[in-house]
Amino acid sequence: MQFFGGSEISPSPPAPTATGNNAHMMYVFNRDGVCLFYREWNRPLHTLNPPQDHKLMFGLLFSLKSLTAKMDPTSAEKGNRGVPQLPGQGCSFHSFRTNTYKLSFLESPSGIKIILVTHPRTGDLRNSLKYIYNLYVEYVVKNPLYAPGTPIRCELFNTTLDQYVRSIA
Amino acid sequence: MPPAGPRSGDAIFASIERVNAELFTLTYGAIVRQLLTDLEEVEEVNKQLDQMGYNIGIRLIDEFLAKSNVSRCVDFKETAEVIAKVGFKMFLGVTASVTNWDADGTCCSIVLEDNPLVDFVELPDTCQGLYYCNILSGVIRGALEMVSMKTEVTWLRDMLRGDDAYELQVKLLKQVPEEYPYKDDE
Repeated sequence: MQFFGGSEISPSPPAPTATGNNAHMMYVFNRDGVCLFYREWNRPLHTLNPPQDHKLMFGLLFSLKSLTAKMDPTSAEKGNRGVPQLPGQGCSFHSFRTNTYKLSFLESPSGIKIILVTHPRTGDLRNSLKYIYNLYVEYVVKNPLYAPGTPIRCELFNTTLDQYVRSIA
Repeated sequence: MPPAGPRSGDAIFASIERVNAELFTLTYGAIVRQLLTDLEEVEEVNKQLDQMGYNIGIRLIDEFLAKSNVSRCVDFKETAEVIAKVGFKMFLGVTASVTNWDADGTCCSIVLEDNPLVDFVELPDTCQGLYYCNILSGVIRGALEMVSMKTEVTWLRDMLRGDDAYELQVKLLKQVPEEYPYKDDE
């Protein structure tokens, strides 16, 4: 995929696994819980209004991370109960699946969390999420008109993302 | 398929888009000259360069993490090594080395043998006291803050002031783990 200036995004995008638009929605949060980005492609059921929905999602992930780290049977060190962990430290969960959807998660050490909800038969999306993180860097972080910590309003990011997500799910 | 492991500084430097070194040096020089004209006080310029570096650092960290694929460093020693070997190589094309660790492992020096920002530069007598490369200290401080480390970065040796190398002292003040940001109001 070529971008303005011709730099290659790495890793190069994973090969598309299926056609069609099977992704439901996507969230991007930063380390302070601000929902930087929310996009939905296919979500028939809305139970909460957007601010509550974002808070619920962030809270869920925060708790899940904490839970998975504490329940880790392979971790040698005792760890400190109750002390919040640094992003990326300890074991990190990357997806959960229900009978109707699969939620895939990526967290960078800088606290940027990318969540993608797709249909349940989707494979491992870790490389795709990495690619989306690269898109975030190219179109949002490097955009001088974007103030870090505020919601993302970059048309180019939206279009490239839509195009990419359509090819993976 | 598990995600790929971390890449070396050389590999990334070779694969990303680069800009002409002279253009970079001259642009940076123009910025410093303009700041000196606008602000006049050398201390003010130092502070402003550090602030500009900080603003760059908070964005740079995401690019660094995305391109280099490093996972969270286990301790500050690893962080310093990664900054020197991967970070400096990737963005400036120079390798730095880490020396002078103190007893707790919270303070070290990063030494740069060569520095693309200062090619062709000589400081005049009116600007003694100027830390010409202060933007670098801001970048490191900003980037580390986004990975939960509060640090203090200062220049120990500066070739433009007559020393034989560029030495930055990076001191870890504290690690700030993320807390649950929402108050329990509902």
